Amino acid sequence: MITSSYTLSVNGRRHEIDDSWIGESLLYVLRERAGLPGAKGACEQGECGSCTVVIDGRAVCSCLVMAASVTDSEITTVEGLGPDGALSDVQRAFLDEGGVQCGFCTPGFIVAVHHLLERDPQPSDHDVREALSGNICRCTGYGRILEAVHNVVRRRNS
Amino acid sequence: MSVATPRDLAELRAFRGEHPESTLLAGGTDLMVEINLHGRRPNHVVSLGGIAELRRWTVVGERLRIGSMVPWAEMERGDLARLAPALAEAARTVGSPQIRAAGTLGGNLGTCSPAGDGLPVLAALEATIEIDGPDGARSTSFADFMTGVKRNSLRTGEYVVAVDLPIVDGWQGYAKVGTRNAMVIATASVCLVRDSRNGTLAVALGAVGPTIIRCHDAERFLVERHDLRDSTPPNDELVSEFGRLIAGASRPIDDHRSSADYRRHAVGVLARRLLERSYP
Repeated sequence: MITSSYTLSVNGRRHEIDDSWIGESLLYVLRERAGLPGAKGACEQGECGSCTVVIDGRAVCSCLVMAASVTDSEITTVEGLGPDGALSDVQRAFLDEGGVQCGFCTPGFIVAVHHLLERDPQPSDHDVREALSGNICRCTGYGRILEAVHNVVRRRNS
Repeated sequence: MSVATPRDLAELRAFRGEHPESTLLAGGTDLMVEINLHGRRPNHVVSLGGIAELRRWTVVGERLRIGSMVPWAEMERGDLARLAPALAEAARTVGSPQIRAAGTLGGNLGTCSPAGDGLPVLAALEATIEIDGPDGARSTSFADFMTGVKRNSLRTGEYVVAVDLPIVDGWQGYAKVGTRNAMVIATASVCLVRDSRNGTLAVALGAVGPTIIRCHDAERFLVERHDLRDSTPPNDELVSEFGRLIAGASRPIDDHRSSADYRRHAVGVLARRLLERSYP
């Protein structure tokens, strides 16, 4: 099997990826080769959103991105959202509101919420539900997650 | 296996000349599933994501030209949605926001699944598919492009550059049914275009045959009995018969997603609904 070396730019840092099988997904490369296990792998077919990352301003499922095809892109993962390893306001709100239970879907939600609020600082409830419709949570029933998002919006706008 | 990332169409053409059998990577929402879950191991992959020319759309006269790498997210709202409302409706039914940010119309054409949401729209609007390759550029109608289940008439080395559509004066819409409302692959889908200037109608069905099915008999039936330029809708009797002809045009199968009977029934209902909606 042919392997290859290439560089990815993740959270403003360059990561040298060595001896990678070239068909590996970005999700796999982030977790297993770049030491960034924040994005979670569940369905590996773009249905659950737990691997959501932002690539050049677009929130996508990293399981459906061929890592070797995004060597010229800027990638942001959940690890790159908080200031210097501290929690972001979105992460804090998820904890405060009980929007985290088993936690497996949480990183994908956090990335999707940051991405939404960057584009739209005052989303309606409908906008929030639409923006998070690609992220599946089997624990919370979504109510506390939505409440966390609305709390962030209120705080940021007060 | 290697991954090429051409910067422009000239680089793409050159790479495809050297590696005509290479696998095209558009939004990745089909190919990566095959690699992740179904053991597909292509030798050479060429990623189209870095080619700016393929990400543009333009209006030329009364026609709309959409680059093959324009993502669904761009079609579902804004100017593109106003110019091609049925395409926007189809785009909004594709997967999740993450999938719509990645997936493209060109990818739909490359995969050519009968359930591809953009394809009934291209069939009903009689889109022209612009193709390029090592032997030069050419165009083909959508009807001649899709040849079977996951089959198209692209020759070795060729790729889709853009889709060319008319901007229709009238009403157009897309509807689909699946096992739930969101995040679902169509078990049956319909696109209906009513050109109220010329009094013509076009209906195309998805996921109920090996290719997208145009319903010429049902279209002719209605056009001959009702002036579609008129703002009054056809009467209930005509609408019912229209639905029966649509259902009769479908060629569905039983599979893991649905039964043939249900699909045949569903396209009739969807087409009637769209026809009624076309008289707001």
